[in-house]
Amino acid sequence: RSHRKIDEELFDELEEILITADVGIVSTMKIIENLKEKAKDKNIADPYDIKALLKEEVKNIMLSSVDNNYIKLEPTPSLILVVGVNGVGKTTTIGKLAHNIKISGKSVLLAAGDTFRAAAIDQLMEWGNRANVEVVSHQEGSDPAAVIFDAIKKAKAKNIDVLICDTAGRLHNKSNLMNELNKIFRVVEKEYPEATKEILLVLDATTGQNAINQAKVFKEVSNITGVILTKLDGTAKGGIAIALQAELNLPIKLIGVGEGIEDLQPFDVDIFINSIFE
Amino acid sequence: MIFESLSEKLQNSLDKLRGKGKITEKDLDLALREVRLALLEADVNYKVVKDFISDIKARALGSEVLESLNPGQQVIKIVYDELTNLMGEKEEKLNFSSKPPTIILMCGLQGSGKTTTSGKLAFNLKKQNKRPLLVACDVYRPAAIKQLEVVGEKVGVPVFSMGTNVNPVDIAKAGIEHATKNGNDVVIIDTAGRLHIDTDLMEEIFTIKNVTNPNEILLVLDAMTGQDAVNVAETFNEKLDITGVVLTKMDGDARGGAALSLRSVTHKPIKFVGMGEKLDQLEPFYPDRMASRILGM
Ligand SMILES: Nc1nc2c(ncn2[C@@H]2O[C@H](COP(=O)(O)OP(=O)(O)OP(=O)(O)O)[C@@H](O)[C@H]2O)c(=O)[nH]1
Ligand SMILES: Nc1nc2c(ncn2[C@@H]2O[C@H](COP(=O)(O)OP(=O)(O)OP(=O)(O)O)[C@@H](O)[C@H]2O)c(=O)[nH]1
Ligand SMILES: [K+]
Ligand SMILES: [Mg+2]
Ligand SMILES: [Mg+2]
Repeated sequence: RSHRKIDEELFDELEEILITADVGIVSTMKIIENLKEKAKDKNIADPYDIKALLKEEVKNIMLSSVDNNYIKLEPTPSLILVVGVNGVGKTTTIGKLAHNIKISGKSVLLAAGDTFRAAAIDQLMEWGNRANVEVVSHQEGSDPAAVIFDAIKKAKAKNIDVLICDTAGRLHNKSNLMNELNKIFRVVEKEYPEATKEILLVLDATTGQNAINQAKVFKEVSNITGVILTKLDGTAKGGIAIALQAELNLPIKLIGVGEGIEDLQPFDVDIFINSIFE
Repeated sequence: MIFESLSEKLQNSLDKLRGKGKITEKDLDLALREVRLALLEADVNYKVVKDFISDIKARALGSEVLESLNPGQQVIKIVYDELTNLMGEKEEKLNFSSKPPTIILMCGLQGSGKTTTSGKLAFNLKKQNKRPLLVACDVYRPAAIKQLEVVGEKVGVPVFSMGTNVNPVDIAKAGIEHATKNGNDVVIIDTAGRLHIDTDLMEEIFTIKNVTNPNEILLVLDAMTGQDAVNVAETFNEKLDITGVVLTKMDGDARGGAALSLRSVTHKPIKFVGMGEKLDQLEPFYPDRMASRILGM
């Protein structure tokens, strides 16, 4: 609907857009408050300008994603550890990443650190095939830290540029599973201190406000360096990314836009914001 | 404060009413504003919240709430009743066919928990002395068939598969024939995850439905789903006329507002909740318990 003047109805409508995009009520209210103030300060009378101002406002919140939206792989060797709750797209994203990095000319090795979920290892092996990258794996049920340990040894021996480690999906409120993750971090720190590290949290764009809890807790147990937002090819807008920046200052680095090997893209703040308001 | 639970929030706002004795319509609006915020924080869909709040207000004004000596109690009762209403009234069981095999078709977005839930259902039915068969119709996701086979093995239920080079519609048909021949009285069809806006894959599952004529079409939905839950549930329901919902990953700390949203747009019951990754972690859904939990009562 188009508004002829700036009134409460217009602000309500903007509020609705943000909330239905999963920005969350707390962040939304803050954003709208600021918007009202700025509109007043700047004497804005045209509703069209209000929308532009709102986009600017959101973009300001997300600045760390603008400056910091790349995966750091230099100096090599480097290690990427991928974590997140169940079913968000970790293993698939690793397949896409492996492919991307491989075709950029670097050597890649994968570690099948999910030894828990049924056929998680076979799934990663299949992605290894597709990306034409080797996979280090143990048996289902074995110690994931031991898999990572072996993979690091192999990466060193073969002078691999980038080692990417899969981990089992785990809910952040399960302390035993989060402790298991800690053990993996310790192995990485101890065995591969020289590696450039990225610890990437994968979040599903269809997730609502719980994504903040997820990010908060994963950030507490590890030095998360960035977020990958998957499943943006659906109708969910992934507005949770805004709250994530506002509250935790976690940059979004990559987005998943499908199930194919090419469906991984750099995060572009402007495209992201425009899709919320389209 | 953001992480305060919905029940606490509702409770707090209603406690304010409760302490006051007689209240005005303005007091009621203030309390309902808090209820609204709490519901939105819980991921209940924006429009669903809007309708919910206006229903509550209408009922509160229509009753004797404002005049009553204990308005808080009355508002709590109205909120509780409405919540319970929205989520259904009683425990909903699976439909079984009078002429076996009973067909259960699983559907949902990628990663929602279909394959795991198929295994859980198979285990559950086996314990009820049924002879289920799992049918592997996900030919797209890497190692999806293997995953179902591992799950089937864990619960001691056979898995019918035809590899990845056969059309899922044909696999489903062949699976049912196999079940009939082998005396399996329940067939659980695991399907690939698909986006509700993926017209090709939605058409595929629609065809699977038409050729298998399922007794149950269960939409598997992640309890962490945000505002988009209504679009997903509405579209799957329009296309497939689902018979129920399984809400997974309820062992997490998501508030599960999606439960309210999808109930109110589809009017289909939530039949089970997933409470963990293990195959015995499937529980019935009790709407009244959920409402009580939400309200902290
Ligand atoms: N539409 C869409 N589907 C995706 C995307 N990324 C992953 N998926 C699908 O989501 C489902 C789950 O992906 P996985 O990679 O297995 O997720 P995971 O986080 O490794 O899951 P667990 O290991 O079980 O915790 C699969 O069906 C993937 O094909 C995406 O960007 N878009
Ligand atoms: N914590 C928890 N995890 C669950 C639950 N149900 C499923 N999962 C996990 O969620 C992830 C995805 O489950 P799947 O059964 O592979 O999901 P799916 O819908 O078949 O996925 P696709 O076939 O890729 O669409 C796995 O890691 C499961 O172990 C649950 O109730 N609680
Ligand atoms: K989207
Ligand atoms: Mg995985
Ligand atoms: Mg599956």
